[in-house]
Amino acid sequence: MPFVPHTEDDIRDMLKTIGVPAIEDLFDEIPQHLRGGKLEGIPEGMTEQEITRLMHERAAKDGQPLCFIGAGAYEHHVPAAVWELVTRGEFYSAYTPYQAEASQGTLQLVYEFQTMMTELMAMDVSNASLYDGASALAEAVLMAIRANRKSKSRRILIPTSVHPAYRATTRTIVTNQGIELVEVPFDNEGGHVTLDSLEAYSGEDIAALVIAQPNFFGVLEDVDALTDWAHANGVMVIAVANPVAAALLKPPGQWGETGADIAVGEGQPLGVPLSSGGPYFGFMCARQTFVRQMPGRIVGRTVDRDGREGFTLTLQAREQHIRRSKATSNICTNQGLLVTAATIHMSLLGAEGLRRVALASHANTRKLVDKLSNEYIRPRFSRPFFHEAVLTTDLSLKRLLRPLYAHNLQPGYVLTDDYPELGESLLVCATETKTDADLDRFVDHLGRAIEKQTTTGCPVQPKMA
Amino acid sequence: MSEVPGDLRYSNSHEWVRVNEDGTVTTGISDHAQEQLGDLVFVELPEVDHEVEAEEACAVVESVKAASDVYAPIAGTVVEVNEELADAPEAVNQDPYGAGWLMRIQPSSVDDVDRLMSPEEYQEYIESE
Repeated sequence: MPFVPHTEDDIRDMLKTIGVPAIEDLFDEIPQHLRGGKLEGIPEGMTEQEITRLMHERAAKDGQPLCFIGAGAYEHHVPAAVWELVTRGEFYSAYTPYQAEASQGTLQLVYEFQTMMTELMAMDVSNASLYDGASALAEAVLMAIRANRKSKSRRILIPTSVHPAYRATTRTIVTNQGIELVEVPFDNEGGHVTLDSLEAYSGEDIAALVIAQPNFFGVLEDVDALTDWAHANGVMVIAVANPVAAALLKPPGQWGETGADIAVGEGQPLGVPLSSGGPYFGFMCARQTFVRQMPGRIVGRTVDRDGREGFTLTLQAREQHIRRSKATSNICTNQGLLVTAATIHMSLLGAEGLRRVALASHANTRKLVDKLSNEYIRPRFSRPFFHEAVLTTDLSLKRLLRPLYAHNLQPGYVLTDDYPELGESLLVCATETKTDADLDRFVDHLGRAIEKQTTTGCPVQPKMA
Repeated sequence: MSEVPGDLRYSNSHEWVRVNEDGTVTTGISDHAQEQLGDLVFVELPEVDHEVEAEEACAVVESVKAASDVYAPIAGTVVEVNEELADAPEAVNQDPYGAGWLMRIQPSSVDDVDRLMSPEEYQEYIESE
């Protein structure tokens, strides 16, 4: 169906019919001080020719650097078939269909996605996805407050080793609902959360504990001990899991004696390209007990009147369009297109393929850390890591990295702004996409930069002529 | 025509109250309310020992078409909830005044019961709605 915008004549006719002088008058009940202001930063429209030119120029600015940055978004090989299929007309929409049951194919796909996610996370139920990993954590916090019936508190323990952007997003979303996020420090040696740091909260009324696996530093948390501590204290466990790591490590549903209660995370590593930061998708799984507190859409498999298999949106009674202000969440949608990519990606890789991606990424990062470590550069933390690690130096990191950027190499995520206490530290990641030659290029360039910074005196002789 | 037993009191949010011999009150939703909701698929009840205010939303009944709050008809402490409903929410549809009871409350003041509607008043109330 073509999109036909209203012409000036249409608008004039409509206003005349309802007896209103101007469109602005339709909004006059919104007080002036609540208006969003003028869109002054938005430029005038451009012609197709102009916009094509502009976008080509911008695309050329992306130098396709050799990228060793992870920090929440990870470069993985995506089979060509994934996006070839996703961009077919049958799938090519970001929307949950409004007459959902008329689109059985879409519902079946979401159902398959949910099935794969529950298997990957070893949890009972999954929703149809959320916006991204950070907002998925915020939704999990809200869900835990609703679901933890043993607790009357609105306090959540969140370690500072959880992704800084996830913490900031969660704070933005939950603070105005009177929920308190209590930050728990990480161990200076291991980079993980210790039971000692949680002991202070034993016996206190806490709704949930957030556990990231791996954490923002790539470090593996002692998930079993942390989960058992939480459950012994009537505290729910929210896992923030990397889905690729979950193919290799013990999945959230198996942590400790009883497993995590809610598992969320960023779905981008499952078939979504980095694409300058988005769009990505968040996922959320939970134990069956909490399914009615789960936000978002859930697709179920059922049978019709004649006993034929079919798919349906289920548990909608708790959603916004029915329960209004009492809904479990204002999320009434999902990231359909990205979920389609993830589902195809996972089905092409299979459990074994995903596990091999995880193993290769870990091995590559291990190799990179070993190669980069020397008398000036050393790993910051002693605990095992997955596919990301913190390196630290006594030299000036800024000066070390400048020549690498000039050589079109992104060496990692500099932690100084988010964690000043870690000094000159860099978070590096080498997924399965990196070859030995790539690693050597990084090592060579950094070696030369170190040499430049550590050579004492100025060996360059002034030119005499 | 909904059933309105003569020995109960009623709230204007369609809960019923029965005063027990031990001074506690049993409550549930009226026959009229369950008819309006349709087939129930889930009932969420408060924790025992939870203190409720009068008219506080303290339970949720979810049908195939809607999820509605149930309000405490009287202030007090929840002393027992109907655990059977976890596996058999349809009891509320089949027997709203019997097996479909929701919770038992120890009222802060049993006199509060008198402020609720009589069966005659409630009958009139649902006819006028």
